[in-house]
Amino acid sequence: MSEFKMPSLGADMDAGTLVEWKRKSGDPVKRGDIIAAVETAKGVIEIECFEDGILDEIFFQAGQDVPVGQVLATISSEAEFRQKASTPKVAESVKAPEAAVAEPAKPAAQVVQEAMKAAIAQPSATPATSDRVKISPLARRVAEDLGVDLATVQGTGPGGSIQRSDIERAAQAKKAAPPEPVKAPEPVAARPQEVAPTAPPVERAAPPPVEAKAEPVPEVKKPTDFQSAMRAAIAAAMGKSNREIPHYYMETSIDMTKALAWLEEENAKRTIRDRLLPVVVLLKAVAKSLAEVPELNGFWIDGQHQVSESINIGFAINLRQGGLITPAIHDVDMKSMDELRDAVNDLITRTRSNKLRSSELTDATIVVTSLGDRGVEKVFGVIYPPQVALVGLGKITEQPWAENGTLSVRKVLTATLAGDHRATDGHKGGLFLEALNRNLQEVEKL
Amino acid sequence: MNESELKEIIIAELAKIALGSDPAALDLDDNLREGLDIDSFDALNFFIALSERLHIDISEKDMGKLNTMGEILHYLQAQRV
Repeated sequence: MSEFKMPSLGADMDAGTLVEWKRKSGDPVKRGDIIAAVETAKGVIEIECFEDGILDEIFFQAGQDVPVGQVLATISSEAEFRQKASTPKVAESVKAPEAAVAEPAKPAAQVVQEAMKAAIAQPSATPATSDRVKISPLARRVAEDLGVDLATVQGTGPGGSIQRSDIERAAQAKKAAPPEPVKAPEPVAARPQEVAPTAPPVERAAPPPVEAKAEPVPEVKKPTDFQSAMRAAIAAAMGKSNREIPHYYMETSIDMTKALAWLEEENAKRTIRDRLLPVVVLLKAVAKSLAEVPELNGFWIDGQHQVSESINIGFAINLRQGGLITPAIHDVDMKSMDELRDAVNDLITRTRSNKLRSSELTDATIVVTSLGDRGVEKVFGVIYPPQVALVGLGKITEQPWAENGTLSVRKVLTATLAGDHRATDGHKGGLFLEALNRNLQEVEKL
Repeated sequence: MNESELKEIIIAELAKIALGSDPAALDLDDNLREGLDIDSFDALNFFIALSERLHIDISEKDMGKLNTMGEILHYLQAQRV
């Protein structure tokens, strides 16, 4: 028999809310099966099982907050399960669910946990749709220009979203009656300071402790203040990174002319659905280069540098509602270009529709962040602990390029590396960027 | 298909890609990628949806040139959809 525990889905997570069991006690389960869903600051994550067996005892029900590492259920072999079913229960089951005891003193993490719990568990009288402002970037810009407070605007667009016309109407109303401070009746997304670590809103939410399970917990569809929880999670991870990781940075310019010509030729042969975006080629080249310089692919844990054999690239994906997630694309070096394209498509789609799996949040061995779409030329990244490096990719721009005494115009990408100086030195980083450049000159071999 | 029908289809497909946004509020010469905050992945999915819905092929080269509602409308009209 083994224990199925609440996994840690990120350096910043101390607890998660069980949303539902996908299987019931007595169901056979296989390694990789999704058996539960847990709500975290990163949204609802599907939790996978790590072995074959029978889902045996279940200790928590939907709606309960469960600390990381707490046993959620046991998984038994078929023989164990049958034996237990036939013999009367003698002793108490091995692990009764303990109370959610206070975690060992980790003040910052503790505070963030409170904030996250509060944000996640806060009951609200308003319908789920009103938990954040739905607004187009354009309308948001108009609102900023006109000095309109979004909390005072009633959206008339699809699903109550705020449109440009709503902003303009609000601006006019404001002009007509300037001194009247209008307060929106419903709490829109809580202001970040309400969950800022300095002011944990403990009394605001007061999530019931885990042992208070006498009350039936309603089927969960919690209106979460997702953005605040997300910001708290990012703050915790990035704060830890900048406190603990001595970063070094380096950059190199890569001539992408040949790679893009190859991509264009390749895409001309493909239907629109099968086309490859440049980022697929870049991810593949990063993976191949990491195989050559494996020291950058792994972790720094308890003063030890651990190189990972698998190359699981955490791909930074921004969310429309704000924040970002870096879910892992597994074994990028082993995937063909087409497999990688499908994996990237699938991952972005599931990230944005809130359907990630636990392994995707725990398995990344390095992060790649590509901000070229937003016109960024160079990215100086903050490493996601306990990883030891981050690769930043900028926009591909036309630039003058001198080579062999001749000047020409080339399509150039600036690739950067942020490395953890505890784990590697600039020399290794340089070898990696050199390999990345070389591999991008020979994309047909990727 | 006339211009307003085409525009309606474009807006409907954009709304599916850029959730919570208001593509109808864009002017003909507003940049869609900036106005709706869509990235290259979103843009490709938008063109896939458009090409499948209107039964046309949109080459990669053309895709790179289509940045505004006006440009897309012109392009589709030239393709005689």
